[in-house]
Amino acid sequence: MTMPDDRFIEALDIARYFDVSRPLVQRLIAREGRRSLRAVDGVSFTIPKGTTLSLVGESGCGKSTIARMMVGLYRPTGGEVIFDGQDLAEARGQAAQRRRMQMIFQDPYASLNPRWRVRDIVAEPIRAFHIARGDAVMAQVGAALTQVGLSPLDGQKYPHEFSGGQRQRISIARALASSPEFLVCDEPTSALDVSVQAQILNLMKELQQSLGLTYLFISHNLAVVRQVSDRIGVMYLGRIVENAPSETLFDAPRHPYTRALMEAIPDLKMIGRSRVPVGGEVPSPINPPSGCPFHPRCPLANDRCRAERPVMLAAGASLVACHAVEEGREAQR
Amino acid sequence: MAAPLLEVRNLRVEFPTRRGILTALDDVSFCIAPGEILGVVGESGAGKSMTGAAIIGLLDPPGRIARGQILLEGRRIDALPYAELRRIRGRQIGAIFQDPLTTLNPLYSVGRQLVETMVTHLPIGPDEARRRAIGWLEQVGIPAAAQRIDAYPHEFSGGMRQRVVIALALCAEPKLIVADEPTTALDVSIQAQVIALLKALARDKGTAMMLVTHDMGVIAETADRVAVMYAGRIAEIGPVLEIVGNARHPYSSGLMRSIPPLDRRVERLAQIDGAMPRLTAIPKGCAYNPRCPKVFGRCLEERPDLLDAGPTAAACWLYDHA
Repeated sequence: MTMPDDRFIEALDIARYFDVSRPLVQRLIAREGRRSLRAVDGVSFTIPKGTTLSLVGESGCGKSTIARMMVGLYRPTGGEVIFDGQDLAEARGQAAQRRRMQMIFQDPYASLNPRWRVRDIVAEPIRAFHIARGDAVMAQVGAALTQVGLSPLDGQKYPHEFSGGQRQRISIARALASSPEFLVCDEPTSALDVSVQAQILNLMKELQQSLGLTYLFISHNLAVVRQVSDRIGVMYLGRIVENAPSETLFDAPRHPYTRALMEAIPDLKMIGRSRVPVGGEVPSPINPPSGCPFHPRCPLANDRCRAERPVMLAAGASLVACHAVEEGREAQR
Repeated sequence: MAAPLLEVRNLRVEFPTRRGILTALDDVSFCIAPGEILGVVGESGAGKSMTGAAIIGLLDPPGRIARGQILLEGRRIDALPYAELRRIRGRQIGAIFQDPLTTLNPLYSVGRQLVETMVTHLPIGPDEARRRAIGWLEQVGIPAAAQRIDAYPHEFSGGMRQRVVIALALCAEPKLIVADEPTTALDVSIQAQVIALLKALARDKGTAMMLVTHDMGVIAETADRVAVMYAGRIAEIGPVLEIVGNARHPYSSGLMRSIPPLDRRVERLAQIDGAMPRLTAIPKGCAYNPRCPKVFGRCLEERPDLLDAGPTAAACWLYDHA
């Protein structure tokens, strides 16, 4: 069965809990039970083919955990990931499906084996999936390197001979080597300098247009996200609080957290002005607040917010999980 | 402009290595006035942190100041004996580093670290120091400071820890603060709180600050003047509005244009092709010449010093009107 392209990638109520209990003996002495950290707690979204969904949020909000679940590096504790109409757990078992998804990591200094030549790094997926053999392997490696703006001759070198931006190009070449359709990019430019970041973002956009790639893009930088996304999901404490088309989100953010986040961003237009800081800090995901997880920091919180967890509801073109938005209490501040 | 609090003149920092001498900083000159915040920006490896480390006398060996002078209130501090430098560091110059975990001693309570700093540098006893320590923690926005003063660094969250580091840098009431990426490890909401605090200090207490960061947004809202560094030298220095909005040096203007805008979507971001040269392979002439869109013959041969470019000073031959 094939699904229509607008539901190419689907996350259905996925959750991931980590066991952070103390060791058994200590638990027995202190008479306490197991404790779990809810890194991701009931998240759903779809990514149509050829588009980009970005997840933004502060550190610890669960965005990287989702990235890993989407390619099967973590198994969801609950819910399911559907890849092109097939359950991901099943798809991961088939090499032909597995090669259709790849991941680009944040740190190009840690994600490339320093003892391998670049050509072997890029050839790894080609060899692992038996895509080519013999001389054809190196021909494909050369093509992949050319695609990301490097020279096939660079394959001779080792990763340490390259700058951060060039290394990230190598990571992208490796990801592209198995001709994937879905790329999960976990903060691909946050370790890079801003002039190089622009190079990589431009490259990723070009590749998306020429190869029809589908991206799940993880970032904490809203300005970067605005440049690359079709839709944006704003995460807070393991949940998506607002999911909207990119322009809608920036023109008319609905959720109080999204608004606070936008106010808090330093921007070049801010000369001399002060930002409005969000008060307080992100609570611990081990003991999340009752009701809406944002209520302790939210200017609009009331008793219902403290007691009842909001669900995602349509508000215009956006999906928002907020009682205040639902009740129309979020009038322009 | 008032008499500068800090003056750096023709600073050159070298690292002797087996393969010869590496010049990490070359001919760096700037001033900071009391109450002024100078932002220092540039790509990694451009020498921003190195400049800060040279000022506070914390260059990693074998790095050494090979030439130039650093003056604090007109007095040279670059060649002081270690013991004297120690008195100045802490008392006159406070330092805030990126990672609060490495700045704080995990084995001492934060109160003890604050009290120790103040007793060392100020003519006060431990009781007075403890009273002031609580005051400082309150000022940097730590709730229930009187109860938390005996807590250890690990008992604080990241944002709170960075506030403790700031309190520690401020408690001896230095005249100059060198802050090296003070908000980089923090989330945006916490970052905004910390920046607001630093700005208030410069305004209310007249503390001068050198703010090293690669985050241009932070610079734009905090700094009075900005120095853009490239390959160990200052490429351009001037008022923040000019540098951000209308930079004269091709590198600074390229850098500013490559920042993704928050207020609109652009089809293609302006990018600077290539990468900054390594210190071992800085090209002849202007270090930026291989990447520069406005390069011409002289750039390949002669290295430009800072030249008058109107409101800013730019190290670029485009501004040689002589």
